Amino acid sequence: MSITTNTNESAGGNLTARALREGIFAGIVALGLFVLFVGLETTQNIRNELVLNQRWGLLAIFVIIAAVGRFLTVAYFQPSMAARKAAASKTAVDTEESFFKRNFSKIAIAALLIYPPLMVMLFGVQGSLKWVDNFGIQILIYVMLAWGLNIVVGLAGLLDLGYVAFYAVGAYSYALLSQQFGFSFWLLLPLAGILAAFWGMILGFPVLRLKGDYLAIVTLAFGEIIRLVLINWTEVTRGTFGVSGIPKASVFGIWSFDVSAPNNFAKAFGLPMSSAYYKIFLFYLILALALLTAYVTIRLRRMPIGRAWEALREDEIACRSLGINTVTTKLTAFSIGAMFGGFAGSFFAVRQGFVSPESFVFLESAIILAIVVLGGMGSLVGIAVAAVVMVGGTELLREMTFLKAVFGPDFTPELYRMLIFGLAMVVVMVWKPRGFVGSREPTAFLRERKAVSGSFTKEGHG
Amino acid sequence: MAPETKIATNTMTKDPILKVEHLSMRFGGLMAINDLSFEAYRGDITALIGPNGAGKTTVFNCVTGFYKPTMGMITMRQKAGKEFLLERMTDFEVNRDAKVARTFQNIRLFSGLTVLENLLVAQHNALMKASGYTVLGLLGMPAYKKAAAESIDIAKYWLEKANLIERADDPAGDLPYGAQRRLEIARAMCTGPEFLCLDEPAAGLNPRESLALNDLLRSIRNDSGTSILLIEHDMSVVMEISDHVVVLEYGQKISDGTPDHVKNDPKVIAAYLGVEDDEVEEVIEEIEVIAESEGPQGGTH
Repeated sequence: MSITTNTNESAGGNLTARALREGIFAGIVALGLFVLFVGLETTQNIRNELVLNQRWGLLAIFVIIAAVGRFLTVAYFQPSMAARKAAASKTAVDTEESFFKRNFSKIAIAALLIYPPLMVMLFGVQGSLKWVDNFGIQILIYVMLAWGLNIVVGLAGLLDLGYVAFYAVGAYSYALLSQQFGFSFWLLLPLAGILAAFWGMILGFPVLRLKGDYLAIVTLAFGEIIRLVLINWTEVTRGTFGVSGIPKASVFGIWSFDVSAPNNFAKAFGLPMSSAYYKIFLFYLILALALLTAYVTIRLRRMPIGRAWEALREDEIACRSLGINTVTTKLTAFSIGAMFGGFAGSFFAVRQGFVSPESFVFLESAIILAIVVLGGMGSLVGIAVAAVVMVGGTELLREMTFLKAVFGPDFTPELYRMLIFGLAMVVVMVWKPRGFVGSREPTAFLRERKAVSGSFTKEGHG
Repeated sequence: MAPETKIATNTMTKDPILKVEHLSMRFGGLMAINDLSFEAYRGDITALIGPNGAGKTTVFNCVTGFYKPTMGMITMRQKAGKEFLLERMTDFEVNRDAKVARTFQNIRLFSGLTVLENLLVAQHNALMKASGYTVLGLLGMPAYKKAAAESIDIAKYWLEKANLIERADDPAGDLPYGAQRRLEIARAMCTGPEFLCLDEPAAGLNPRESLALNDLLRSIRNDSGTSILLIEHDMSVVMEISDHVVVLEYGQKISDGTPDHVKNDPKVIAAYLGVEDDEVEEVIEEIEVIAESEGPQGGTH
């Protein structure tokens, strides 16, 4: 449509003339396009005859929108975008990052620590339930899962579409072992992680000779196999009914959250009975688990194994030429990622008190992977932000009841949740193709730590 | 060791570091290497030359474990006397255990890692051991911290040698082509090899970079005692720095000896210039005339 798309840097009058020209041109194109579609309407009259309705007014609106839109785009939007780009490239060189940006992670952790008391203060003990549980815990579970998957996908570059399988292994490990043997959460948490890591290895051994798309498909299949086993092995897992009545976690065995227990948390502190305390405890628990994941990831990245993962993502053949055993390197990435999935799974079981195969469908894997990609592969901060946006965003969209005032009482915002969400994802990926944080922090430096631009890092090939 | 005074004709008495015997490699119906035998000597720079498609890179891939040869034996003898049969080892074992490092014809750097990180990745096996296979390192044991500091010193040493110290914190993909070539060599050296295989290290370099590369390779050989095997098309590099040249054509060895010997070998001249057998004598005469008038620079091109 545009004859001269290059941004014109000469006088403003020239620009306006060009914008006018392009606007008129766009109007003509719109007229040609819509004259038959919009300008004429075919209907039947009462005698079943074909009638042509002329809708010149509507057509005029279409044409005007196209012409004015094009004019505004060329005259104002494009120059301002170009100016902003130029300004950004100029200032990016030597601007000191703002205090907020530099200390983002510390501020975020502090905010998370005061989040539950703040919610209790704002909404009362019972009212805080929704904010702590639906938003806080839900988001943090996904943060932890995405950080775990980040080790596999973001660092080692192995595309894993079946990550939810390890989440399921962790959840069922806790659910079944706690019911069968009455082990406590604090014993089963590491055990669930170890079991998930073990399953990661079992999957890894035959699969890791595959690459790229093939690896992705096999991991996808593995995720489905685990789910189908959970459905069909009814003697152990009770199939689609799931496992219910999973024991709650306790504060290291000191205080319990069972209503009947003598050492009940609320009783011990003389507080009114509420499930909110348990949720707040769970919030801090998942926060600690997520931070553990982040800490281990940060530490591992600076270790030879972490560097080998990233090198593997960049070039596997070069890795082998440097004497790195790529099979064991991939296996460690897979099993450590799986271990965190297992931790998150056992937390999930404790939080829900109920697990069923329905919680571990492919969509979950896809969401976790989407968080990793959206956040920027390898970047912990970016992934955390992406998890807040994705999970918190979809939850927030449930709250959009005010849209009923706009679209009428028949409108159910819940139904449009996923649509809006999908649209938002497309927009973000167009705007930031490398995710929120596309650059990579180097793990070692001689003089200064310079972030590596996303255009140099690779996504890995399996 | 003074390389300038060393007379290359005494190679027969020298200690072979790599022995290739009756090596054959078949790809379907194509015999890429056909019964090739040669030796590379300790402390030498051995060049493997030949026209395009002669099978040089295939030899390389067999030596470094990336291909399994159809037939033959490749023996690597370390300084300590330990012998490795390279054709039985997989690619990463060839580097890790036999101490044979390599570079690639099309540069394979970790482009999203910084220059320094590239060199640290190369020290993976040593660091893994020092970090107690990650466990001790995660716990923050001092032994690992010491090893990590040492690894940075090694990286610094090679960065200075390769003249890359200024770019240490830049992503490897951001370096100009010549610097990427040098970085790949430095990275290979960080694995602590006894034998270094370079696949066309001078390809795409300008004459000045080519000279710098010659110096780098000489200093690797003299200071680190690493023997070098290189594939090269640039005769100014080959004739200048190599002690021993092996010429391949159609997967077979057609000449083997000092650069001077190879330069004047009628078979080599025929292979490169593509003349009939009976014209070879004439060509030799011509070349000798040119060589006399131009001095020692005249190569086989």
